[in-house]
Amino acid sequence: MTTVDWLLADSPSSRMQARLGRWYRIFRALLRNPLAVIGGIIVLALIVIAAFAPMIATHSPIAGSLSERLMPPDAQHWMGTDELGRDIWSRIVYGARITLAIVALVAVLAAPVGLLIGAISGYFGGWTDRILMGITDIFLSMPKLILALAFVAALGPGIENAIIAIAITSWPAYARIARAETLTFRNSEFIQAVQLQGASATRVIVRHILPLCSSSMIIRVTLDMAGIILTAAGLGFLGLGAQPPLPEWGAMISRGRTFILDQWWVATMPGFAIVIVSLGFCFLGDGLRDVLDPKQGGKR
Amino acid sequence: MSLEPAIEPAAPAAVGGERRDSRRARRLAVSLGAFLVTVALTFLGLLAITFFIGRVVPIDPVLAVVGDRAPQAVYERVREEMGIDRPLIVQFASYVGDVVQGDLGNSVSTQRPVVEDLARVFPATLEMATIGIIIGVLLGVPMGVWAASRQGSLLDQAIRVVGLLGYSVPAFWLGLVGLAVFYARLQWVSGPGRIDVYYDGLVPPVTGLMLVDSLLAGDTQVFMNAVQHLILPASILGFFSLAYIARMTRSFMLDQLNQEYVTTARVKGVSERAVIWRHAFRPILVPLITVIGLSYAGLLEGSVMIETVFSWPGIGNYLTNALLNADMNAVLGATLVIGAVFIGINKLSDVLYRVLDPRAR
Repeated sequence: MTTVDWLLADSPSSRMQARLGRWYRIFRALLRNPLAVIGGIIVLALIVIAAFAPMIATHSPIAGSLSERLMPPDAQHWMGTDELGRDIWSRIVYGARITLAIVALVAVLAAPVGLLIGAISGYFGGWTDRILMGITDIFLSMPKLILALAFVAALGPGIENAIIAIAITSWPAYARIARAETLTFRNSEFIQAVQLQGASATRVIVRHILPLCSSSMIIRVTLDMAGIILTAAGLGFLGLGAQPPLPEWGAMISRGRTFILDQWWVATMPGFAIVIVSLGFCFLGDGLRDVLDPKQGGKR
Repeated sequence: MSLEPAIEPAAPAAVGGERRDSRRARRLAVSLGAFLVTVALTFLGLLAITFFIGRVVPIDPVLAVVGDRAPQAVYERVREEMGIDRPLIVQFASYVGDVVQGDLGNSVSTQRPVVEDLARVFPATLEMATIGIIIGVLLGVPMGVWAASRQGSLLDQAIRVVGLLGYSVPAFWLGLVGLAVFYARLQWVSGPGRIDVYYDGLVPPVTGLMLVDSLLAGDTQVFMNAVQHLILPASILGFFSLAYIARMTRSFMLDQLNQEYVTTARVKGVSERAVIWRHAFRPILVPLITVIGLSYAGLLEGSVMIETVFSWPGIGNYLTNALLNADMNAVLGATLVIGAVFIGINKLSDVLYRVLDPRAR
């Protein structure tokens, strides 16, 4: 019996085997979707570049030589140099770390909060539901970028505050999804069975409801990544996100703005990085949805 | 006499109809009332958020106003003027009262009431977003229909990628690249700003919309110049709404094309063009209105970044300038107005949907 047979067994003998088998099937289905494969490769590349930045970068991201300022792309500087003579390729490579950190932190902060609020709202219903969803709807009805801008204005510029602001604007969408999912199986028999065994509400929500919401949550978070990257870059562009000399992509575009007419590469290159990475998350999210959520597959 | 029996049974029916009418009217009134309450609560929530951002999030709002080198006496006076010593709920109530009366405070940087500033800059944003949504609808709807009618084809894939690009390209970057290509290199369009300096102030501002004002004044030169300035930022905004509209149109169309009445029409020998436009397209018009409304509201948000790049004197530019000057009254005022317009358009398209869709009535 090969590993593949074991993974695809019709009657798995352990929970672990069933779980791994399910992931393996999802993985195989994803491989059949060309866009999802491209997206997966891009996201993987982002992670690898961020992890091994010192080895991939050809120059220092912070120190430059003023004698080499605003050089066009050539063999030495693959993407040219900026107004302080810093190598743009190396800055983009290190910038991958910042982008990845922002995306991961926002997901870690916002998704669990949204998940928990949605699950509580859906499970208890009644006034709990009405109040929690009222608050959620108010946040949902606000334009995200504007809200994030206002929060950063109050908190003060900086990358930490940008992350907090984006997280504050992201959780409501997750809460809505988690609530909708919870409502579909709140009255199902397996939940009643657990309740009859005397499980507390906390236990039902944490052990039985949250895991079932996770796949739609994964899809949604992946699809949202592009938006998070764009908002973070926008805050950086306005000077409210990462502060210099951090090589944040949005801030790099902002510095290149002055030179856009003559030294186009300074502002253009970081933009390509943003587009490629965001597109990668979009492709992957789209593919994941097709695989994990077939009834939604034809839509969008 | 012979007519009487015929009339007799008709009378109770008429009474029943009246009763049904009044019941329907009552139900309509109740749902309208509930709707208005939700709208009011949403606006109150919006106010709560801006109040929270202005008064609670900064560690010391007084310090944010006077700066950290102000003498103790000034600090105390400002603290009293701002009413920070009162309980939060009282402060919130007076804030709501001020906003309802149209008082958003004074801007620190322009030294004028924020409301006046906003009224002055808003038409510029409205003009750009409106042209943007027109471009988005005119291109996005046919693209979505097209993609759906050739599902899985190369064209469908291409439109899908264009749609996803709309989610992954930073608006400010596209603006910069657009300026570099179409203004600097090709010289097809004019550069940043709403109008060339030497045309500035030539036409009297009536509506605040440059295109309308110049036509009202009968000045075609100013009009053409305004168009040249407007076309690039509006097209970029249009691209983002196009991406969303095309995506949604495609999914709505696919839902329709998979239904049996479409098969019936095809079996009857109706031409493919008629099947798509006369049969399948009609029912998606109603949900499309909601989508267009949402994306119009989204353009107001997108204009913040675009306006910064194009030095467009609209609400987005005003907001970012206020941000950089730490002009909190102006920031919150602009946030409030954009939020209110956003909510307003959302609710309006909600109402339109209910009025137009026979199933939701």
